[in-house]
Amino acid sequence: MSKKTYATAIRDVIAEEMRRDENVFVMGEDIEILGGIFGCTRDLYKEFGVDRIRNTPISEAAMIGAGVGSACAGMRPIVELMYMDFTLVAADQIINQAAKTRYIFGGKAKIPLVIRGQQGIGRGNAATHSQSLETIFMHFPGIKVACPSNAADAAGLLRTAIRDDNPVMFFEHKALYASKFEVPDDPDFCVPFGKADIKRAGKDVTIVGSLLYVSRALEAAAELEKIGIDAEVIDPRTLVPFDTQTIIESVKKTGKLVVVHEAHKVAGWGAEVVSQVVEGAFKYLDAAPIHLGAKACPLPFNIELENAVVPSVEQIVEAAKKVCNKK
Amino acid sequence: MISKERKFWIYETMNKIRYFELKALKLFEENKLRGSVHLYAGEEAVAAGVCSQLRDEDYITSTHRGHGHCIAKGAELDKAMAELMGKVTGYCKGRSGSMHIADFTKGNLGANAIVGGGIPIATGAALAAKLQKTDKVAVSFFGDGASNEGTFHESLNLASVWKLPIIFVCENNGFGISVPVSQSTSVENISDRAVGYGMPGVTVDGNDVFAVYEAFEEALKRAKAGDGPTLIECKTYRTLGHWTGDPQTYRDKKVVEMWRDTKDPIQLFKKRLVEAGDFTEEELDKVEEDAKIEADAAAEFAINSPNPDPSDVMDDVFYEC
Repeated sequence: MSKKTYATAIRDVIAEEMRRDENVFVMGEDIEILGGIFGCTRDLYKEFGVDRIRNTPISEAAMIGAGVGSACAGMRPIVELMYMDFTLVAADQIINQAAKTRYIFGGKAKIPLVIRGQQGIGRGNAATHSQSLETIFMHFPGIKVACPSNAADAAGLLRTAIRDDNPVMFFEHKALYASKFEVPDDPDFCVPFGKADIKRAGKDVTIVGSLLYVSRALEAAAELEKIGIDAEVIDPRTLVPFDTQTIIESVKKTGKLVVVHEAHKVAGWGAEVVSQVVEGAFKYLDAAPIHLGAKACPLPFNIELENAVVPSVEQIVEAAKKVCNKK
Repeated sequence: MISKERKFWIYETMNKIRYFELKALKLFEENKLRGSVHLYAGEEAVAAGVCSQLRDEDYITSTHRGHGHCIAKGAELDKAMAELMGKVTGYCKGRSGSMHIADFTKGNLGANAIVGGGIPIATGAALAAKLQKTDKVAVSFFGDGASNEGTFHESLNLASVWKLPIIFVCENNGFGISVPVSQSTSVENISDRAVGYGMPGVTVDGNDVFAVYEAFEEALKRAKAGDGPTLIECKTYRTLGHWTGDPQTYRDKKVVEMWRDTKDPIQLFKKRLVEAGDFTEEELDKVEEDAKIEADAAAEFAINSPNPDPSDVMDDVFYEC
């Protein structure tokens, strides 16, 4: 094990996979000498050259489309988007092309494409650079969606993503890049997709969160412990495929569910979790589940306003107390 | 110079496309075929002139009006017609219909129902060819309408900056559905746009096989020499409707008739072949007759093929690792 930052863990996996498979290459904005604005490709051009650590023009649709095309032609591209908000500029190439190509061609295409980058709050990037967009891509069949919440998961999920023969949307969080975690040194360390991780075991309430909201849910759990509520915190790690079973098993034990994410609450993925738990474990529920997400307004710039839009640790604590019927 | 053998292939391919399209139109009119069907009849010189110079390992991406490109890149008429009819024997097992026929074994990375959607994908295939250090090339076919999409501009720029082995082949058939090019496009010749991306651009008569062939031959040489992309605009005309049910209220029938009767690319090519003494009229008539028979047989095959089994509908969303 080595203690690494989330950004270094990502960088190291990219390098290891590029050493292992010459078909792996990266293209993106400012990834060569600058190493990406968060350093996820720092210095990699020195080892792999500028053909494989390839700066692109600011042309997201062409970058992602070139990712699809080169994947169809036998490469394993990683396209780095500086902000995942820019997926919206290239939505056709992701949703109509990458996601659908294999299916509509009757199963003939393999698209080993990773589209990765960061999203979310924390740096005052304002409305068009602070969104959480993972839910959108969960909606369209044909793309996998990964959301690592710490450096170890970032490493293991990214390696799985690069080795997967399907398009993967890999959502990193800008506020996690500097966070450190013990990461296995095994160059084949993979975290399987579709396997949720119980980040804290507990018996009284199930709290489901991802990305930045795993640490916030754990903070809430520490608060709840002080008042005698033992929370179980589950990180789904991938939204597609989604591990409903681990959550249902937890709810069977706790009887209570809180789902929290930074994405907007309205039609956010938490609503899907609530729906699946209600369908699959209704009789085990002791209280109506609570779903927390960002308010239905764009992400504002001012830090106090930004914090007012997304769920707080206090709100998670209150929600858990409410489902546990504790004042 | 086009070899005699290649001329024959081009003529045969153009006829296959023509009779495939006319058969598809007939099946649509008989309600045996549904969905969006965009016919390529009248534009065959482009697909055949270009694809006659490609190998199976070279890539193409095509458009919503893609049957011609697919056939010219090696698609068998029966599997293509079966796909148009949504049958399980079709190229895509009935999942795609007319607008997304693909055959990776022949380098056809797919027709694409989104205008301009295939251009960056072809660019990516060319990038792969370069990274893998092969001599493969990619061709992106697209229409005049796509040249107003962002993907066209982004891809031309990207391909030029990276000197990719790709040829951008624009089929300017005069209309984006009902809107004439003069109303939608800022330049008289779409090939002028090549200047903005630092690559050669050339406009040719898209109904003249020889003109298309020669322009592409040069672009192909350039791509293979590592000198980067070329934009070729082939000016042609859509003599049929945008789709099979198009009322065509937006244009003068006389102009359509003029193109159909005096500028038909197959007839023009045939005349040149006979005049040059390459083939006799009878030999070429036989090719036409055979194409009709093949298209009829393709329709029979498609009609008699089974529908896909709805229990398989969830297959192939993901590659199972």
